Amino acid sequence: MSPASWPLVSPPVARDRFLKLLAIGTAGGVFSGLFGVGGGTIIVPLLIFWLAYGEREATGTSLAAIVVIAAYGAVGQAIYGNVDPAKAALVGVPALAGVVAGAAVQQRIPERFVALLFAALLVATAAELIL
Amino acid sequence: MDYVAAGALGFLGGMLGGLVGVGGGVLFVPALVIFLEQTQVQAESTSLLAIVFVAALGAYRQYGYGNVRVRDGLVMGAIAALGVAGGVAISNAVSGRTLELMFAALALVIAAQLVRRALKTR
Repeated sequence: MSPASWPLVSPPVARDRFLKLLAIGTAGGVFSGLFGVGGGTIIVPLLIFWLAYGEREATGTSLAAIVVIAAYGAVGQAIYGNVDPAKAALVGVPALAGVVAGAAVQQRIPERFVALLFAALLVATAAELIL
Repeated sequence: MDYVAAGALGFLGGMLGGLVGVGGGVLFVPALVIFLEQTQVQAESTSLLAIVFVAALGAYRQYGYGNVRVRDGLVMGAIAALGVAGGVAISNAVSGRTLELMFAALALVIAAQLVRRALKTR
């Protein structure tokens, strides 16, 4: 779909899809604001269930959205002096190597394993929250 | 302060980002609190800065693999500003414990659906 055809003259299906994207983005933002995370926890499964994304596509597109979402929060918190760039680098620089490795591994495993890994992460998160 | 442990958790958080498409904050925040002596609010804030760069590199790599629908990602990112503001407002109005339990319940429901879907033959 070309950008020029969207959204004013798009057919109902495309409009419905666009509204779902807006809902998913909003939900991701709410989670980010609530819990200080990027929002991927909610964005990835909603892309899979509502927009029929494949698992790999959902995780890749989620990361693109998270760049923008986390930037809002980081800028907002920096104004209050809550951000420590040096400590961000201490966890963030090793994480850069991690994300490259993780993405490379993800291309070599079946998509259903990606879904099961995600489910395991959710269960671990839930357990941590309850305890 | 334990830089090695913080870096190790950071690396694992990044791995998660590449594997399942989250920012890695779920590990960055505890790393910052436990090993780099930040408060919860400082850690969540500092984590967000790290996430921006980790997610950017992850998205770039995933784009190379053909797994990013750029326009969809930007649409979600743009509208999310409203959600972030709403989330911050809610977090100040509702008790932290209530939020944690609600999030935990939601996470378990989603996990069950993902497992059911993955186990279906396709």
